[in-house]
Order: sequence, then structure tokens, then C-alpha cells
Amino acid sequence: MNKAAERLYNGFIKENPTFVLMLGMCPTLAVTTSAINGLGMGLTTMVVLAMSNLFISLLRKIIPNRVRIPAFIVIIASFVTIVQLLLEAYLPALDKALGMYIPLIVVNCIILGRAEAYAYSNPPIPSLFDGIGMGLGFSFALTCIGAVRELLGAGKLFGAAVLPDSYVPIRIFTQAPGAFFVLAVLVALQNLVKAKRKKAGKPYEKLGSGCTEDCMNCSDQGCTRRFYDANAEKKPEDTANKADEEGK
Amino acid sequence: MDNIKDLLVILISSSLVSNVVLSQFLGLCPFLGVSKKVKTAGGMGVAVIFVITLASGVAGVINKYVLQRFHIQYLDTIVFILVIAALVQFVEMFLKKAMPSLYEALGVYLPLITTNCAVLGVAINNEQAEYGILTGMVNGFATAVGFTIAIVILAGIREKIAYNDIPESFRGMPIVLLTAGLMAIAFVGFSGLL
Repeated sequence: MNKAAERLYNGFIKENPTFVLMLGMCPTLAVTTSAINGLGMGLTTMVVLAMSNLFISLLRKIIPNRVRIPAFIVIIASFVTIVQLLLEAYLPALDKALGMYIPLIVVNCIILGRAEAYAYSNPPIPSLFDGIGMGLGFSFALTCIGAVRELLGAGKLFGAAVLPDSYVPIRIFTQAPGAFFVLAVLVALQNLVKAKRKKAGKPYEKLGSGCTEDCMNCSDQGCTRRFYDANAEKKPEDTANKADEEGK
Repeated sequence: MDNIKDLLVILISSSLVSNVVLSQFLGLCPFLGVSKKVKTAGGMGVAVIFVITLASGVAGVINKYVLQRFHIQYLDTIVFILVIAALVQFVEMFLKKAMPSLYEALGVYLPLITTNCAVLGVAINNEQAEYGILTGMVNGFATAVGFTIAIVILAGIREKIAYNDIPESFRGMPIVLLTAGLMAIAFVGFSGLL
């Protein structure tokens, strides 16, 4: 059970997908116009992430290495469809607010990234908790960004007015440009923390995503680059992994 | 539905008014990742135009003659993502054999596009808006042109920013995001166009 707790902590804090790894930026910016939308998107992603992690881990010995990316995509897309139909039936308001960003969960880098980095090489239970932890971390980050944007842009928090009437909302924060500004400040803060840790002699250790730094600074192409590498037929790290497994 | 005026309206609204990156946040990864130089940004833009136009056409045909015909529209997400992934692979192989010079120019960008959410986004958009095949392709083309405009402008600004003195914690991604935010404000101005 310790393993599960470690996975939850890892996803929520140590490798928080948004604040540390900077994965899945499209939905992060698009649906965080309010805290409740951010939370809804985060929890929806969490369900898909946990279920797809569990199933990919269960099927990891059956899926051949060469076709694993298409196999992952089919599994993920199936769960996204299930979740989409459930939302349409039971939470139509949320379904309407998130709109086309629900089917787009399929191409969220977090899910494919966790499948590749963790679920495909680990047993089901830790994989399930890895998904839940990452999903909670993602939900937490989206809710935070949504809360900042809602507070500045509408003077509200979770739909309830918290700032006095004399506050004039900065409407731009609930619109598209505000998303870029909030994220920019957020990444700048993260850079500041990193620089301080480096100075104190405690640089970030290599993260589970395979990058030493977050996904976007990882290389010129950001996270797309990693899947390009993963799709390439000759994979240097693949042979290294195999050598590792044989060594064990 | 498919008359010229409607198509023009779609062309302008998809490329400028609701710009795919700056107001819908689709395709952010390549937008932020491949925008260091104008030349590579332009190459990426052309590749995206090519793939999205083709993919929205194919997705439109499949939607009309397979999904709607057999009443399995709920499988749209799975079908579209697989078709797009297969299409990109196929285009890459085809270009390699048939048009080596074009492959030389676009080849490196093609695999990156598979994970570009804009491609899937356009296919889903077309389906939800119930566009026909031609209208869908025009919408796809316009969306991709909007992406190209945005990424080329950003790359131009980034080439200049490279020589500026930026506060240490804002170097790298943050300043790019701020730039994108300012561009988004400029693009909000287009909303009065239609």
C-alpha cells in the first residue's frame, strides 16, 4: 500500500503534470475560465487517466512493443468516449461548458505520457494510483489557474462573489489572452524556484518523464518531440530498457 | 449551404476571428516548440495546412459514409484519431516515394503533426457544426492558415526577443507565453470583423 501512497504523492506534488512537467497545456489554458470548469476538466481527465493506466498495465504483456502507441490510443479513446457519454447523460451543464475539449482529452500528452513512462512497465495497482495521483495533481493545478482567472476576471470564486462591488473585474483574464498571462507568470515562478534550488545545491533529479527538466523546456519541440522519438522505429532507450530488464 | 458567401465567412472566421491557437488553444505544443526561427515556423505551417486540409476531407468522407450511414457517431473520437494517425503515416510514405523534394521540405514536421490536437479539433469541430465535406475542408484549410499566421508572427517576434535583456526567471517559455498573450489581445480585435 506504501507504493500507492508514494504514487499519489509523486503525481500530486513531486511530478505535478502542470506545474512541474508542463504537460497537457491545451486544456489547461482553454477550460480554466473559472475554477469550477477547471475542476470539472481535471476530474474528467483523472478518470480517463486512471482507467487507461489500469488497462494498459493489465495488457502490457499482450501489447507488442512495435504497435504499442496505436494500442494505447485506442484504449484511451475508448475511455474518453465512455466518459463523454456519461457526462452527456448525467452532467449536461459541464458537458456543455467543456464542449469539444472532452474528445480532445485523447491527445492530451499527460495520458499518453503516463502510459509510455509508467503504466506500460509497471503492475496494475501502482499504475492505477499513478493515474489517480497525476489526475489529482492536474485537477489541483487547473482549479488553481481557474480560481486566479475567475477572481481577477470576474471577482468571483466558484461562482460566488467574493470581492466587493467596488472591484472592477479585469475582463481580459477570463478571455483567451488572460490564460497566456497567468501561465507565463506561473512558469516564471517555477523558474525562480528552480534557480534557487540549483543555487542551494539541490537541482531537480531526473524526472519520470525522461526529461531532466519540464516537458516544454525539454527540447526544442516540447512534448511533441518525445512522441516523435517514441514513434521512431529504432529506439536507443528501448534497447537500454531491455538490457535493464534482462539484468534484473 | 455550400455557397461562396458562406465559405468566405468560414474562411475569415476560422483563420482570424477564432484563431485556432490564440483563441481556441489547439496546437499549442508546436506553436510554442517550433517557433524559434521564421523559416522552420513557415515549414511547419505549410505542413500543417497540407495535413489538416487533407485530414478534414478524409474525416468528412468517413463521417458521412461510414459513421452516419451505420449510426455509429458515438465512435467518432476513436475513428478520427486512428484515421488521422494512419493518414499522416501514409502521407509521409507517399511523399518519400513520389515527391522527394517536397518530402525534403516537409518530412521532418509530419510526425510531429500526429500529436497536434488541432487536427483532431478541426475534425470534431466540422462534425459538431454539421459541415459538409467541402465546407469542412475549407474550414480545415482556414484553421490551418490561421495557425500558420500565428506561428510565423510569433517566430518573427522571438527572433527579435533573442537579443533583448530579459529578467532571468522570464527567460525561455514565460516570455514566449507573454508574447503569445499580447498577440491574442491583438487577435481579439478581429472579433468585430464579422
